[in-house]
Amino acid sequence: MIQTENLGKKFNDFWAVDNIQLDVKAGKILALLGQNGAGKTTTIRMLTGLLRPSRGWARVNGHDVVKEASQVRSSVGVLTEQHGLYLRMTAVEYLDFFGKIYRLDADLRKKRSDYLLEYFGLAEVAKERIGKYSKGMKQKLALARTLIHEPPVLLLDEPTSAMDPESARLVRDEIASLRSSKRAIVICTHNLAEAEMLADEIAIIYRGKIRLKGTLDALKDKVLGSAEYEVCFSAPYNVSKLKIPASMEILEKTTSTLRFRTENPAKDNAFLLSELSKEDAPILTLEKTSRTLEEVYLKAMTEVNREMQ
Amino acid sequence: MKEKFLPVWLLAQRELKDQFRDWRILFPLLILTFIFPPLMNVVAGRAVSFAHQYGGELILDRLVPFSILIIGFFPVTVSLVVALESFVGEKERGTIEALLGTPFLDWQLYLGKFLVGVIFPLLASYSSIAFYLFMVKKQDLALPPTNLMIELLVLAAAHAFLMVSGAIAISTQSTSVRAANLLASFIVMPVAILIQGESVLVFWGNDHLLWLAIFAIMVMAVLLIRVGIAHFQREYLLGREIDTISLKWIWHTFRTSFLGEVQTPLEWYQAQVRGSLRKMKMPLILLSALAILGSIGAYHITSALMPAEIIERAAFSEGEIKNALNEFQAAAGLPSDEIEITFGFIFTHNVQALLVMFLLGLLSFGILGELAFVINIGVFGALFAVLEAFGLPATTLFLAGVLPHGIFEIPAIVFGSAGVLYFGAVMVTPNPSRTMGEVFIHAISDWLKIGVGIVLPLLFISALIEVYITPKILLYFTQ
Repeated sequence: MIQTENLGKKFNDFWAVDNIQLDVKAGKILALLGQNGAGKTTTIRMLTGLLRPSRGWARVNGHDVVKEASQVRSSVGVLTEQHGLYLRMTAVEYLDFFGKIYRLDADLRKKRSDYLLEYFGLAEVAKERIGKYSKGMKQKLALARTLIHEPPVLLLDEPTSAMDPESARLVRDEIASLRSSKRAIVICTHNLAEAEMLADEIAIIYRGKIRLKGTLDALKDKVLGSAEYEVCFSAPYNVSKLKIPASMEILEKTTSTLRFRTENPAKDNAFLLSELSKEDAPILTLEKTSRTLEEVYLKAMTEVNREMQ
Repeated sequence: MKEKFLPVWLLAQRELKDQFRDWRILFPLLILTFIFPPLMNVVAGRAVSFAHQYGGELILDRLVPFSILIIGFFPVTVSLVVALESFVGEKERGTIEALLGTPFLDWQLYLGKFLVGVIFPLLASYSSIAFYLFMVKKQDLALPPTNLMIELLVLAAAHAFLMVSGAIAISTQSTSVRAANLLASFIVMPVAILIQGESVLVFWGNDHLLWLAIFAIMVMAVLLIRVGIAHFQREYLLGREIDTISLKWIWHTFRTSFLGEVQTPLEWYQAQVRGSLRKMKMPLILLSALAILGSIGAYHITSALMPAEIIERAAFSEGEIKNALNEFQAAAGLPSDEIEITFGFIFTHNVQALLVMFLLGLLSFGILGELAFVINIGVFGALFAVLEAFGLPATTLFLAGVLPHGIFEIPAIVFGSAGVLYFGAVMVTPNPSRTMGEVFIHAISDWLKIGVGIVLPLLFISALIEVYITPKILLYFTQ
């Protein structure tokens, strides 16, 4: 659905985005992460046909972003950083206007508009001027606009920014429900928990270049190393006498826990459990320790910064 | 066709609704539409009474067309406000990206905004005129003749088209509403001058000239729309955030375009001048053809229109010629004493003439510059016709008196004018890889390359020949 090859954008002498390779298939959600000014919005704008790539190419829903920009824009729903609402209109008028732009017939416009307003909890204020809405309501309406024509490609720049936790949750659920076999979604966000929750694939952009890309698990393995496991004991236990395979890297050893890393958990964990059973150790739990995207991101950024210096 | 224009109307419709909800637009428009006509009526009446007190012959009937012109113009001024902020206003309000991200084509967005700028103020303008005409009728004054009435109504529309087309072009190229408002003086001042000229034409009652003025305004409006659409770039609207004039960038862009990487004047000629000439191939061919056709046309027109009594006399005394020349000089603002024909005078005069052509072209996307070119070239044909009509050996005089320096001067005019035509053509041609500013700087640079590299040397040689050689040849052949 979204393919790019060596995509780059130069402003004067500065490459804002360089050598971006993306391949987002239908049914997948890609999260673009990065600092402010990393090139996320520039990438989204190129994918919308708003910015002309300085080099490389991009195809969205089968259309070239330069040669078929109008078709590209018909195929995408874009949520921009600024909500972009006309404050003198009502929500009903606003959605109807965008429905007309995407050439939906009157019945479908009404149906979609009613559904979206209801879903986002805006039905009661649908006939009020948008200027009276709160920030969160505006963001919800902007998202409703993005969805009015049920586009096969969604490009969402900070979809939950300025929203209260409840609304943000609602929007996240909506985005998750939008995942379908016929739709590709790209989300730019600073909210790492959101990305972790929604994305099938994550790309970390730094100074215009994708420094890391892959599934969350792959990124965790790549950045933080192999998976980590932890054994907790219900009573103090001396693990020193335990026979530990060489392939296991011990990270922490106390009388209450044993934390280790292994590249072959199936084999090593089974071996460890049998050893602990033999020793009659008071095992409480053995579980994979959770590693967050935040850890991945921060470590990746530290490494990239070190490389750049 | 209808499908293509539906989005234009859709956009216009939304914004028109928005305008109806904006008291900042509604209020001044209502004042200009319904308060101004009675005010104008009272002032006109007072003006007539005042004139009568001192034996003046100001008649209210004659003031009616002028009043319609002014009354029709005032509501149209609102169009400037609306159009100036059409794109850049949306940019400031943060709504532009959502709009640009829709499948609207560039020209649909542009024309939609154009309609918004024109429709509302023009409707107000016509309402205002209608209101005024109603008052005129009530006072038993004569309404203007139908032809003049149509002209005045079309003129109101032409003003709206001109101002809106110019304002939208500014709006697409500005980084803030403030910057757009500052640039609006480039519209306000010419339009103010235009209104003064039109007022003269209305009082004069010359219908043909008024129609010509309307036609010229419409052509300018169409050209401005064309320029605006040609340089409309979504990227530009999203890209720049801060108002800065970078003189360093302007100089760097110009220098790179003018000099390139060359080291010597020869290299400059080979690379830069030749490059610009290659770009101007088509204007050069067109203007060469126009030069020939213009001369022939001027010859035939002059032959046909020359008054019979002048031809019959076929000779004038030296005193008559001198008087006529003095009168002409006085009319043209030249010193009435004899002009000393020196090399410096001819050279600077020719350079000035080409600069004027360029400036005229600059203001009118080449049109007025080319008009000046046709007039300049036409002089040769007209001169030939006059000489022939007086029974003088026109061919001999032409070959001896014009051709020696004309060989250099005429190509210089053609090259200089080709640069002007090229400038106009480049400005109205889409160029997605450059901003409007870049296109402008490169076009000026191309014109200057031709000017410095070809036109000035040709004019220099031509002036030398005209002063030192042509008189001798002319004397030799005429003695």
